[in-house]
Amino acid sequence: MKKRKKGYISTLLYHTFIWIFGFFMLYPVLWLIGSSFKGDADIFQRAHHLIPTQWEFSNYIEGWKGFGGISFAVFFKNSFIVATLTTIGQVVSSAFVAYGFSRVRFKGKKILFGCMIITMLLPSQVLIIPQYIMFSKLGWINSFKPLIIPAFFGLPFFIFLMMQFIQGIPKELDESAKIDGCNHMGILLRIIIPLLVPALMTSAIFAFYWRWQDFFGPLLYLQTPGKYTVSLALRMFSDPAAVTNWGAMFAMSVLSLVPVIILFIAFQRYIVEGISTSGLKG
Amino acid sequence: MVFAKGLNKQRKRRNDYNNLAGYAFISPWLIGFILFTVIPIGASFALSFTRYDLVSPPKWVGLENYKTMFLHDERYMSALKATFSYVFVAVPLRLIFALFIAVLLVKDRKMVSAYRAAFYIPSLIGGSVAVAVMWRQLFGANGALNSILIELGIIDKGIGWIGNPHTAIWTLILLAAWQFGSPMLIFVAGLKQIPTSYYEAAYIDGANSWQRFIRITIPLLTPIIFFNFIMQTISGFMAFTESYLITGGGPFDKTLFYALYLFEKAFKFYDMGYGCAMAWVLLLIIGIFTALIFKSSNYWVYYESKGEW
Repeated sequence: MKKRKKGYISTLLYHTFIWIFGFFMLYPVLWLIGSSFKGDADIFQRAHHLIPTQWEFSNYIEGWKGFGGISFAVFFKNSFIVATLTTIGQVVSSAFVAYGFSRVRFKGKKILFGCMIITMLLPSQVLIIPQYIMFSKLGWINSFKPLIIPAFFGLPFFIFLMMQFIQGIPKELDESAKIDGCNHMGILLRIIIPLLVPALMTSAIFAFYWRWQDFFGPLLYLQTPGKYTVSLALRMFSDPAAVTNWGAMFAMSVLSLVPVIILFIAFQRYIVEGISTSGLKG
Repeated sequence: MVFAKGLNKQRKRRNDYNNLAGYAFISPWLIGFILFTVIPIGASFALSFTRYDLVSPPKWVGLENYKTMFLHDERYMSALKATFSYVFVAVPLRLIFALFIAVLLVKDRKMVSAYRAAFYIPSLIGGSVAVAVMWRQLFGANGALNSILIELGIIDKGIGWIGNPHTAIWTLILLAAWQFGSPMLIFVAGLKQIPTSYYEAAYIDGANSWQRFIRITIPLLTPIIFFNFIMQTISGFMAFTESYLITGGGPFDKTLFYALYLFEKAFKFYDMGYGCAMAWVLLLIIGIFTALIFKSSNYWVYYESKGEW
């Protein structure tokens, strides 16, 4: 009887603590959403309040108009094009490479695999400047090419993730397919790919999400507003020297997060598993 | 003899097929590796000994870029200082929060997975421009934090947290600590691996929950702590977006992160050679820290069965 009561109190304390801490954690996000519905006066005079005195949907309409005559429809379209193509490129190419590294025996495999692992730890700063020079010599600056084309050459993180997954698929399946006359391509397409779907999903979600939020790439390579992705447009839109309509800026900030949140809610399981099993950073 | 020769031939043909197939499958990565990694690394190293502005051809200057960096560039020193203080404070803070919440959220209670998702949200959106915009407003002179403090009567006039040289870096550290979601999820996964029988045995021996945490949880979790520590330290040294968007490196270069200064040098002043030299020193710094953490792991990382992790 006594023990039960003690358990009840500790449960209560536990949930109370989590809720209070959680509120502080999520306060900034809730505040951002709340502010996106506030009128101009509300934003400054009652800055910390989460709920607007009057719900102001005009922020979204005003914000959507964008700047320089280019609406956020264009920026969203650009982001979708870049993120979708990057995702397709990275996932498809990584699957091929992962198969090669885990199921085909060939000369030099170990050394090359080692090289791939090392590149995962290489700070990107070392590569950025020469890559920029290379892309500018190719005339790719101010186009989506530098963001999309390298994606078709595989991403070591995803290759590694898929390899771990392929290792869990019994080799007997390959053998029997081989007896049935399948070559490597056949084994990959008929046996491995259908079983690899969870790893492909995890990779696809992260690929899309990383490119969607990516700021550095667009900052480096996209120059005219018509080419901007959402993240870059948001930065120009929120330039401290130029901002006049704060509500609109908050509204567009919220909108830019919507695809990410939807992805998270729909595929939470893959995201959580991706992080906890392979240390993919989110 | 003839038979053996035939077998050898067959084996050779199979090996040839496998070699060909192997390289065909990994060719996307291999070509990308050469084009986007090997060649850029070589170029970056060579360029670090030159002055190059993208327009006129590179001019060989020997070690001058490196010398300038350490002897004559005060902003470079500011960048080092800002980056080190950020990494040394933000990374441990983030890991402590992550571990603390992970311990709470590994329990078999109601709502635990919803809680985990909620605590992960800051990490999910943390790198975005939207969050940077939000942070700037939260800590701005007219922002929410000041509004709360005024309401509570702690201050009577707004403080510009981001414009103040003493507090600016703390707004960025707080932003980093706020995003503890990924290491938290990794800790949760690690905590789940610890057999409950260990805790039961310790409980029977009379160990209280603190003792069980110190004697069982922490030692068995050290491989995961090690992993998180390395990954977070590396990414901490490479932090860019936060300082670029929120503080712009100011005030007085107090938040001028290494990656931001490198970006400014290379893409604002078009001093590509200097940028490359900076990148190589960054690589060296990260390499040294990673090596130090690896070396130290002999003393504090506990492996249940050697080489399993």
